[in-house]
Amino acid sequence: MKFRSIILVAGLAGASATGALAEAHGGKVKVGMITTLSGGGAGLGIDVRDGFMLAAKGNENIELVIEDDQRKPEIAVQLADKMIQSENVDVMTGIIWSNLAMAVVPAATAQGKFYLSPNAGPSQLAGKGCSPLYFNVSWQNDAFNEAAGSWANDNGINKVFLMAPNYPAGQDMIAGFKRTYKGEVTDEIYTKLGQTDYAAEISQMRASAADTVYFFLPGGMGISFMKQYAGSGVDKAAMGPAFSFDQGILGAIGEAALGVKNTSHWSKDLDNEANKKFVADFQAEFGRLPSLYAAQGYDTALLLMSAAAKADVKDTEAFRAALNEADFASVRGDFKFAPNQHPIQDIYMREVVKEGDVVTNKVIGVAAADHSDVYGADCKM
Amino acid sequence: MTTILLIEQVLNGIQSGIMLFLMAAGLTLIFGVMGLINLAHGSLYMVGAFAAAAVSAATGSFVIGLIAALAAAAAAGAIVEYTVIRRLYDRDHLDQVLATFALILIFSEGTRYLFGSFPLFLDIPSALQGPITLPGGIQYPLYRLVIIGVGLIIAVGLFALIARTRIGIQIRAGEADREMIAALGIDISKLYTLVFALGAALAGLAGAMVGAIQSVQVGMGEPVLILAFVVIVIGGIGSIKGALVGALLVGLTDTLGGVLLPPLFATFMDASAATSVGSSLASMSIYILMAIVLLFRPTGLFGEA
Repeated sequence: MKFRSIILVAGLAGASATGALAEAHGGKVKVGMITTLSGGGAGLGIDVRDGFMLAAKGNENIELVIEDDQRKPEIAVQLADKMIQSENVDVMTGIIWSNLAMAVVPAATAQGKFYLSPNAGPSQLAGKGCSPLYFNVSWQNDAFNEAAGSWANDNGINKVFLMAPNYPAGQDMIAGFKRTYKGEVTDEIYTKLGQTDYAAEISQMRASAADTVYFFLPGGMGISFMKQYAGSGVDKAAMGPAFSFDQGILGAIGEAALGVKNTSHWSKDLDNEANKKFVADFQAEFGRLPSLYAAQGYDTALLLMSAAAKADVKDTEAFRAALNEADFASVRGDFKFAPNQHPIQDIYMREVVKEGDVVTNKVIGVAAADHSDVYGADCKM
Repeated sequence: MTTILLIEQVLNGIQSGIMLFLMAAGLTLIFGVMGLINLAHGSLYMVGAFAAAAVSAATGSFVIGLIAALAAAAAAGAIVEYTVIRRLYDRDHLDQVLATFALILIFSEGTRYLFGSFPLFLDIPSALQGPITLPGGIQYPLYRLVIIGVGLIIAVGLFALIARTRIGIQIRAGEADREMIAALGIDISKLYTLVFALGAALAGLAGAMVGAIQSVQVGMGEPVLILAFVVIVIGGIGSIKGALVGALLVGLTDTLGGVLLPPLFATFMDASAATSVGSSLASMSIYILMAIVLLFRPTGLFGEA
């Protein structure tokens, strides 16, 4: 089932392999992208890839090698070894899942490769395990949840019912919410990872004293839960981080998701020039609305190109400094790196609405301004 | 925990058991009659869900989608039996596992090729939407009651088919001695294709019914497949009655374990530790149940040695 290895030379100038066309400052950058293109969750990897390729389109200095990790850590590790040793890439990117990132990133940075994370921000890599070569262009795992906790405090949500799958990212998300939330947690339950039926949990929600259900259920789990929740007649408000409500899965949930609040660092209606161009270009190129994963892939490519224009990737210190400047027009608006090379960015509260026939998200306010993670304090570099 | 909530959770357990039964019935039929381990059963479940989603999106009718699911899964089953499975009856179980695992990959990538990587939309018909109030003031989603009803009808239908009809006699005879029944002039290969298509249609029906309240996506069948295997091992391989009882036992254990264990542990542990220990133990509960059943009845509850 190995995905065919593709080597794409962005733009038409691929034939001029001599590098004579390289721009004044930077040279060519060879990028290795390992992402999930088959199996469950392939939609996320496809969006990151498409977003990245959209931004890199026509840039002859970026050479991209794409491989499919099938969401399996052992395959991701093999692919990373291959990219580092035989493909000899300069920069790696693409991984979607925290457990895969933990398997690949420390080894890649130890071998002197830059890694730009277009999704997944495990706390280890933000704190003690931070690296001068690791840049997170998406978010630290806790970010959306901390922002949601603050938003709940400010919006009169006093009693919440918490639910997440029983695995490290699920526990992190709930811990992130509880870090900022000051109200009462009436129930806290952990479901099986990959669970598809939530009848028992929904009965508990019905019986609970909570006024809001806060949950983190990525991918298919979120689709199943939302459809069942909407059909159950339980009338408590639902809220969660954006992962259960990105564009790729809203189509599958349909109107059952209407009114749900979710936190995100990006939304397609954010009012800035870069974002308008991105949303229009993405729709023109791929014929669907972009998701937050596509936005992250796009920003990752913009960041990379901004650094490549200033410094040669072979000069590690200069290239790192160029990345740290984050000198690109992010689709999220303001974007800076904290000292641990994780984002400082606004986190918005979005609401699921219907625009014509399309179920999508709309920004309703800022949940946390200039948010950065708490783990940076442990990062020594 | 109030009595009402407990009754509601028992109902949830029964409902989850019935969903499993729909899947396990086809699996145990194929396993019992033909001695074939069919890992691709989950793929047929997926075929049913995708056919239902695509057809009901095109026609706007859930019922037509359901019929399409039955037809598509039965057709896929018959084709697969004719082209691949037929060559596996005389091979050992390892060959069957390898070949049907290959079928999973082919079905998954084929579905992705046709429908893309994003989950599909499939909703329950508007007439069945929303909760109804049961005696005692329990609010329960109507659609889930319909699932229980359909599952029970299928169970009764299958009993009748196996016990009362000529085909049923042939199926039971084929289970006991395939050479003998062939010698008596019954076209055993046609019978096997029929049984396989029937099992596939049941999986397709389950996929379509369950897909409406879950996520219709590539790979949706594999988690259910594992549970369905647990069910038929507990119930006894080849027994429809065993599949029903096993499915209800698994559904109830799974649901009530998840609901009751964390509070139980909270009575003597601190809350957060109890949540995580209780949830972990609840995830294991059906496998513990399976181990206990096998300890006392190695062939399952209704299995024959």
